[in-house]
Amino acid sequence: MTDRQTDRQARLRRHTTLLAVAAVGMFGFAFALVPLYNIFCEITGLNGKTSGEAAPMAVSAPASQTAQDAVEREVTIQFLSQVSRGMPWEFRPTESRMRVRLGEVAETQYYARNFANKLFTGQAVPSVTPGYAARYLHKVECFCFTQQHLEASEEIDMPVYFYVGEDLPSDIGTLTLSYTMYPVSSAARETSGAAEQTTETMPMDHSEHSVP
Amino acid sequence: MIAHADTIPPARHPLIAWILRWILTTNHKEIGTLYLCFSFLMFIAGGAMAMVFRLELAQPGLQYLGADFYNQMVTLHGLIMVFGAVMPAFVGLANWMIPLMIGAPDMALPRLNNFSFWILPFAFFMLLSSLFMQGGAPNFGWTLYAPLSTTYGPPSTDYLIFGVHLMGISSILGAINIIVTIFNLRAPGMTLMKMPLFVWTWLITAFLLIMVMPVLAGAVTMMLTDRHFGTSFFSAAGGGDPVMFQHVFWFFGHPEVYIMILPGFGIASQIIPTFARKKLFGYNSMVYATASIAFLSFIVWGHHMFTTGMPLVAELFFMYMTMLIAVPTGVKVFNWVATMWRGAMTFETPMLFAVGFVVMFTIGGFSGLMLAIVPADFQYHDTFFVVAHLHYVLYPGAIFAMMGAIYYWLPKWCGNMYNERLGKIHFWTAVFGLNLTFFPMHFAGLGGMPRRIVDYALPFADLNLVSSIGAGILGLTQFLFLYIVVDAVRGGSGKATGQVWDSAEGLEWTLPSPAPLHTFHKPPQVD
Ligand code: HEM
Ligand SMILES: [Cu+2]
Repeated sequence: MTDRQTDRQARLRRHTTLLAVAAVGMFGFAFALVPLYNIFCEITGLNGKTSGEAAPMAVSAPASQTAQDAVEREVTIQFLSQVSRGMPWEFRPTESRMRVRLGEVAETQYYARNFANKLFTGQAVPSVTPGYAARYLHKVECFCFTQQHLEASEEIDMPVYFYVGEDLPSDIGTLTLSYTMYPVSSAARETSGAAEQTTETMPMDHSEHSVP
Repeated sequence: MIAHADTIPPARHPLIAWILRWILTTNHKEIGTLYLCFSFLMFIAGGAMAMVFRLELAQPGLQYLGADFYNQMVTLHGLIMVFGAVMPAFVGLANWMIPLMIGAPDMALPRLNNFSFWILPFAFFMLLSSLFMQGGAPNFGWTLYAPLSTTYGPPSTDYLIFGVHLMGISSILGAINIIVTIFNLRAPGMTLMKMPLFVWTWLITAFLLIMVMPVLAGAVTMMLTDRHFGTSFFSAAGGGDPVMFQHVFWFFGHPEVYIMILPGFGIASQIIPTFARKKLFGYNSMVYATASIAFLSFIVWGHHMFTTGMPLVAELFFMYMTMLIAVPTGVKVFNWVATMWRGAMTFETPMLFAVGFVVMFTIGGFSGLMLAIVPADFQYHDTFFVVAHLHYVLYPGAIFAMMGAIYYWLPKWCGNMYNERLGKIHFWTAVFGLNLTFFPMHFAGLGGMPRRIVDYALPFADLNLVSSIGAGILGLTQFLFLYIVVDAVRGGSGKATGQVWDSAEGLEWTLPSPAPLHTFHKPPQVD
C-alpha cells in the first residue's frame, strides 16, 4: 500500500469510529431524556404531576395589601376519579366541587370500596389540570401518599387536606384534581411486604380493546 | 446485473453460485439492486394491506374486518411503508448512485454494506410473522403509543420491538457507510460544494439517521422493559408518564419524516435541470436550505402533541418553529420553479414525476401549515385531515421522487431505455389515482372523520367510496410500473447511450450504459 492509501485507511477508520460512538451516544441520550423530562416537568409543572410529599401548613398572616387581596380570592376545585381498567374497586370523590379561599386549608373525602372477595391493594396517582397549576396545589395530607389495603368488601372514606398557594396566577379560576386508582403492580409489591400473598397484578387482556 | 464470471468460485452448481453471489456481494451496485428489489416487495406488501382496509372503508359499517384486524392492518401498513419501503428504497438509490456521482470505486465499507442489507429481510420477517401469532399483530398504530403498546399490546409486540432494533441497526450502519464514503472517497477536485445535490441531501439525511434512529431504539427498549422487566418509564401507576413516550417518539419521528423526504428533494434537484436544460437555480441556497430544514426538524416535534395539554408557551414555540420550516422549504420550491422558468423543457417520464413531486408536495406542505396552527390542530388532530397531509407529502413526495429517480437512472443501470409511452401512462394514472384517493380525505377530516377507526358516520360514505376507488387504481398502477421496469431490463425500447439524456450533467453520465460492475477504479478528475 502506498502512503496515501494507508493515510486514507486511517482516516476512514477514524470517521467510522466517531460516527459509531455518536450513534451509541444518541442511544444513551434517549434514556437521558427520561430524567431530563422529569426535571423539566417538575420545574414547569408540564405534566400536571403534584409533589409526592406532604406540604407544610400554609403560613398565613399576609404581609402586604396585595397579598391581602390574594387571600380574598376564591377558586373552584373540581374532583375527579378513575379506576384502572379491570380493577374491582369503586372509587369516587364524595363531593364533585368546592370553592376554596387561597391559602386556606380545605378538606375533602374520597370513597373507596373493594368488590373483590380478598384483600386488594391500590395506589392512587394524582394529576392536576391545567398542568402548570400543579405546583400551586399543596397537599398537606393525602391518601395518595400511601397504598390502600382493602379487605374483601371493605369500604373507606379517605381524606385529602390541601390548600391552594396564594401565588396562584390570576388567570386560573378552576383547578381539577384527578386521581387514578391503580392496582399495585408486582414490581411495587416486592417493596411492600404486607401485600405479599394477596394482591395481584391485573391480568393483561388483549381480546377486547380496540381502537388506539 | 451483469454476470461476472471472475467473481464466481468455480465448480459449484450454477444456481448455488448465483445465490451465493447475491448473498455475499459487496459491490455497491448489486447491493443497491438488492435494496431496491426488497423495498419494492415491501411496497407491495404494505400496499396490499392498504387495499384490505380501503376495501373495508369503501362502505360504512363492518363488512370484512373486525376492529382489531383493521387496526393491525393500519399499523403494519405504516411500519412497512416507512421502514420497509421508503427508507430502503432511498438507501438502495444511495448505494447505486453516490459512488457514481462522486467518482468513487465503491462504498467505503463494502462488507458492512452487505451486512446492513441482509439484516432487513430478518427484521421484516419478524414483523410480518406477528400476523400469525396468538393475539394478532401489533394494533396500536405506527406511532407505538404507550400504554397501548405496553400495558395493552399483544404478545407479538415483542417481535415488533426486536424488528425495530434490527431496522435501526441496518439504517445506522447504512448511514455511517454513506457519510464515510462521501467524506473520503470523492474524486480529486470534487469539493463539497461541487457535489450533486442528491449526494448533499443524502449526506444530511445520513446525519439525521445517526442522530434519531438510536432514539427510536431507546424508546422501544423502554417499551420492552416496561412490558417485561418491571420498569415504569411510561406507566403512571409506577411514577412514569405515558406522554413522555410521545416526546421520545416524536423526537425521533419528526426528523424521520425529513429522512423520508430529503433524498427526494435531492432527486428533484437532479432531474429538473436536466429536462429544463438549465443549471439548477441557487445551488448554494439549496444546500443551506436542506441543512436548515434538518436542524429545525429537531425542535418541532411538539406539533404532533398539541392536544396533550402542553403549556401555552410550548404550543407557541412549536407552532412558530414549525412554520419556520416552511421558509427553507419554500426556498427549495422557489428554486425548482426558477430552474424551470424559461427553460427549454421537455416532459419525459422522469420530468413528469419531478414536476408532479413539486406541485403535489407543495399541497402537502400547505396542509402541514394548517396543522401547525395550534387552535386549528385541535380540530384537525387525529382526523383524516392528518392522513391526507401525510400522504400528500409522502406519496407525491417520497414515492414520486423515487419513481422519477428510477425512470431517470434505469437506462444507466440496465443499458436499455424504458417504454416512454407506458411511462407517461403510468404517471398520469398514478396522478389520477393518488388525488382520487387522498384529496377527499381532506374533506372527510375537516368534517371530523377520525383516523384509525374501522367504521365511520354515514355522511362520510361518498368521500370514502371515492378514496377506495382511487386506492384501487393506485394499487394497479404499481403493476404497470413493475412491468415497465422488467420490460426495460429485458430490452425495453432499445439500447441507451452513455449520456442517456442529452443535457444531463454529472459523472455518472460519463460511464457507458449499462454501468460496468466496477467503475472509477482510477478516480476521474473533476474540474
Ligand atoms: C411545511 C412542512 C410541514 C409542516 C408545517 C407539517 C406539519 C405537521 C403537523 C402539525 C402534523 C401533526 C398533525 C396532527 O397530528 O395533529 C403533521 C403530521 C405529519 N406529518 Fe407533517 N408537516 C410538514 C411536512 C411534512 C413532511 C415533509 C413529511 C414527510 C415526508 C411529513 C409527514 C408527516 C406525517 C407522517 C405526519 C403524521 C404523523 C402521525 O402518524 O400522526 N410532514 N405534520
Ligand atoms: Cu412533524
